Amino acid sequence: MADEIRVAIASDQDIVLARQRGRTLAFELGFSSSDSTLVATAISELARNILTYARTGEIALKAIQSTNRQGIMVVASDEGPGIADVRQAVKDGFSTSGSLGLGLPGVRRLMDEFMIESELGHGTRVTVRKWKQ
Amino acid sequence: MAKKENRTGDTASHVGFAGEHPRLEATSELLRELVSHLRQNRTQLREEWVRRITEARLLTAMSQEEIFAEATSVYDSYVEALETGTFEALQSYARNLSERIIPRGVETHEVVGIVLLLRDVLARSLFAKYQTDFEKLNRILDAYEPAANRIANTVAVGFVQERERVIRQQQEAIRELSTPVLQVRERLLILPIIGVIDPQRARQLTEQLLRGIRTNRAKVVVIDITGVAAMDATVANHLVQTVEASRLLGATVIVTGLSPEIAQTLVTIGVELGKMNTVGDLQGGIEQAERLLGYKVVPIS
Amino acid sequence: MDVPILKQGEFLIATIQAALSDADLLQLRSGLIQQVVRFRSRAVIVDVTAMDVMDSFASRTLREIAHMIRLRGAETVIVGIQPEVAFAMVQLGLTLEGVATALDLEEGLAYLNQKFRSTS
Repeated sequence: MADEIRVAIASDQDIVLARQRGRTLAFELGFSSSDSTLVATAISELARNILTYARTGEIALKAIQSTNRQGIMVVASDEGPGIADVRQAVKDGFSTSGSLGLGLPGVRRLMDEFMIESELGHGTRVTVRKWKQ
Repeated sequence: MAKKENRTGDTASHVGFAGEHPRLEATSELLRELVSHLRQNRTQLREEWVRRITEARLLTAMSQEEIFAEATSVYDSYVEALETGTFEALQSYARNLSERIIPRGVETHEVVGIVLLLRDVLARSLFAKYQTDFEKLNRILDAYEPAANRIANTVAVGFVQERERVIRQQQEAIRELSTPVLQVRERLLILPIIGVIDPQRARQLTEQLLRGIRTNRAKVVVIDITGVAAMDATVANHLVQTVEASRLLGATVIVTGLSPEIAQTLVTIGVELGKMNTVGDLQGGIEQAERLLGYKVVPIS
Repeated sequence: MDVPILKQGEFLIATIQAALSDADLLQLRSGLIQQVVRFRSRAVIVDVTAMDVMDSFASRTLREIAHMIRLRGAETVIVGIQPEVAFAMVQLGLTLEGVATALDLEEGLAYLNQKFRSTS
């Protein structure tokens, strides 16, 4: 399987590129078109967060394998200002209107696994995984 | 000289050139003799086998003629497998047979049973033929047994695999059936939800409905939740998402069968019922859907 | 990626043909507003059939378009959202609240024709 795919995020064009790469990889791994769409949408949101809050960063995509299933891992990392209250940022209010904040709860719903590390002044790294059904 | 594989199972199985190995030569010689015996007595042995099948009350779901026809095919494939040492034809016949008889309720023990009966019928005829030459009988049986075992195994495994495939297929069909999207009128779909909704099922349900909306070009969907056992925050949110996703495709959703308890739950967890179009029962929901679609219901008489 | 905007009678039809960057979406927004003013259009249809991802920015921009066009006294219909895209959108909490939607261009036109027939 292909190694890690890295997409540098520095402009809105890069968001489109990153999610297209993600969709292609998911599709190659045999994800359903519906799941590929969920992955692509999550990547779009993660890349957008990078651009909005840190200006630059990177999206890394990787095929992963556990004992009995295949999946895709997306790591969104930046060296931006970091998030002061991580817990608040991922809190899910199920609000369907108004401000979307970082959109992290939504990304969490789109994917199977979600992990975030953030340090004020040093940056943020969000790792998400989705497994093939 | 052809390279011939000798598949005799666990006893002295070798691959080599005929003639290179005296014992191997003897085995293939014996199998040839065996095959010609089975060919000569085809009619009688086949009838004996069918008689034994009936006696043992196997394949009761099938008629006598059917049993006879299948027995003939199995018998011929069996002899062919003995002759050529290749099992592909038998294997594919076994799969094909299984495909036909599984829907009629034929069980695994019956299939194993008939193959063992055939083995027994043939062995008995060998006893009868060689009873005066004990030495030869022994050698014939040595050649026959491993091949017969392998054949029995092939047929039984083929049947079980086919059965598993059918079961998987049925499970899939049941899953689909448990969330049926029904078109009752042009542009009107009904989705009756029954039972317990877990996140996986909720997702399947939503995807199925969205596909249904597109293929049927539905404008209105009635989701009837009369049969939903329990509603918690997660399930309620799935329901709301289904309604919202349908609207994104241009379809209006009417939810029916909302019990007072469930309505209470929804309000408590903060689902805005005002956003949801609810009607008491399915009948009322369909009537409202028809009004939305511009149908006018007029009594005939 | 430019989005072509077609004038069809009193309606404007914008057909998105490929993945759009944020800049493209903003350009579509300003383009549509200008044209609605210029042609005094009564309604706008945005056909998003070709969009394989609708994220928060795209969704917000479409809502803004609908809102601004309403301030001009016209109506907006979003047509052609794919089932998978709709599924992903609601997971993200994006529901295009207050914006009219239709299955495809044909349905969108039917919706508008009916609406304007009954009011005029």
